[in-house]
Amino acid sequence: MAKTNCPECAAEVIFEKDAQECEIIVCGDCGVDLEITSVEPTSVMLAPMEQEDWGE
Amino acid sequence: MQKRIKIGILYSRTRIEEKWIFGALEKRGADYDRLDDRTIHFDLNNPVPWQQYDVIIERSIGYNSGLYALRLLNSFGVPTINSAEVAGICGDKLLTSATLARDGIPQPHNLSAFTPEAALEAIEIIGYPVVLKPIVGSWGRLLAKINDRDAAEAVLEHKGRLGSVQHSIFYIQEYIEKPGRDIRTIVIGDRVLTAMFRKSEHWITNTARGGKGELCPITPEIEELSLRAARSVGGGVLAIDLVEHPDQGLIVNEINHTMEFHTSQPLSGVNIADEIVEFALRNAKNKV
Repeated sequence: MAKTNCPECAAEVIFEKDAQECEIIVCGDCGVDLEITSVEPTSVMLAPMEQEDWGE
Repeated sequence: MQKRIKIGILYSRTRIEEKWIFGALEKRGADYDRLDDRTIHFDLNNPVPWQQYDVIIERSIGYNSGLYALRLLNSFGVPTINSAEVAGICGDKLLTSATLARDGIPQPHNLSAFTPEAALEAIEIIGYPVVLKPIVGSWGRLLAKINDRDAAEAVLEHKGRLGSVQHSIFYIQEYIEKPGRDIRTIVIGDRVLTAMFRKSEHWITNTARGGKGELCPITPEIEELSLRAARSVGGGVLAIDLVEHPDQGLIVNEINHTMEFHTSQPLSGVNIADEIVEFALRNAKNKV
């Protein structure tokens, strides 16, 4: 099971089987949004904050 | 031997919609590249690297970066889904309303002004309550239902002073007493693929703000209005938001050009992602 640690709270973050780069996942402990920067090796970063012009 | 179509997917993050689109491309064995709009650049003296793409599907999460990418790509001769012209209209609520008004498409009563004083006058033409929306924005963000003059004065001053210059283009819309829902249709080309009610107790019915999706029958009226609206803004891959006005009946509220469909696809059973890919292939430069 692919996993890494949350950069905010260090909790273990588990990747789903179909995890992909640039996907947003949520830290189960602190609730922060994380962006997957690499699946192999696993790494995440804090997801960029929503900007005023984001959307559909 | 016919050249294989080369597709680019311009994106910012891998949402479920992008996963589905990548999956549809892979299932078709398509030749495609993922283009992260945070890492790409455009050399205006050298468009060749971009011209290798026969079509680019734009899935940028930011309107401005997506729009400028489309403008540059189209200027390089690269077909995009959607075109820069369509994105430019749909991403700006005022331009969308002006375009729909030009073509006689039923929509809410909309006004615009460029100073808080003029906006207040315009608001009082419609009367309270009234809705203020940013001309660029999505996911139900920064919408204001203004119930009286005191609130209008306060919100207009705040937008004029605290917002970016874009917030000084005031977009004023009549408040519509909806029947607890609105309707989102997905239009690709000249077909309405699905329709969904977005139900909410709140006047803002976006699913991003908690609205719940429920399948909606595609009536002839819904189909006709959706297709007219799509044609008016230039057509492509569009999500049309319709509202049931108590007096006017079915009207168009807004049109989205980089649509999300994480609720519409599973609800309808329509493989919207694959339909987008199919549409892109049909509109590519070197069609097989």
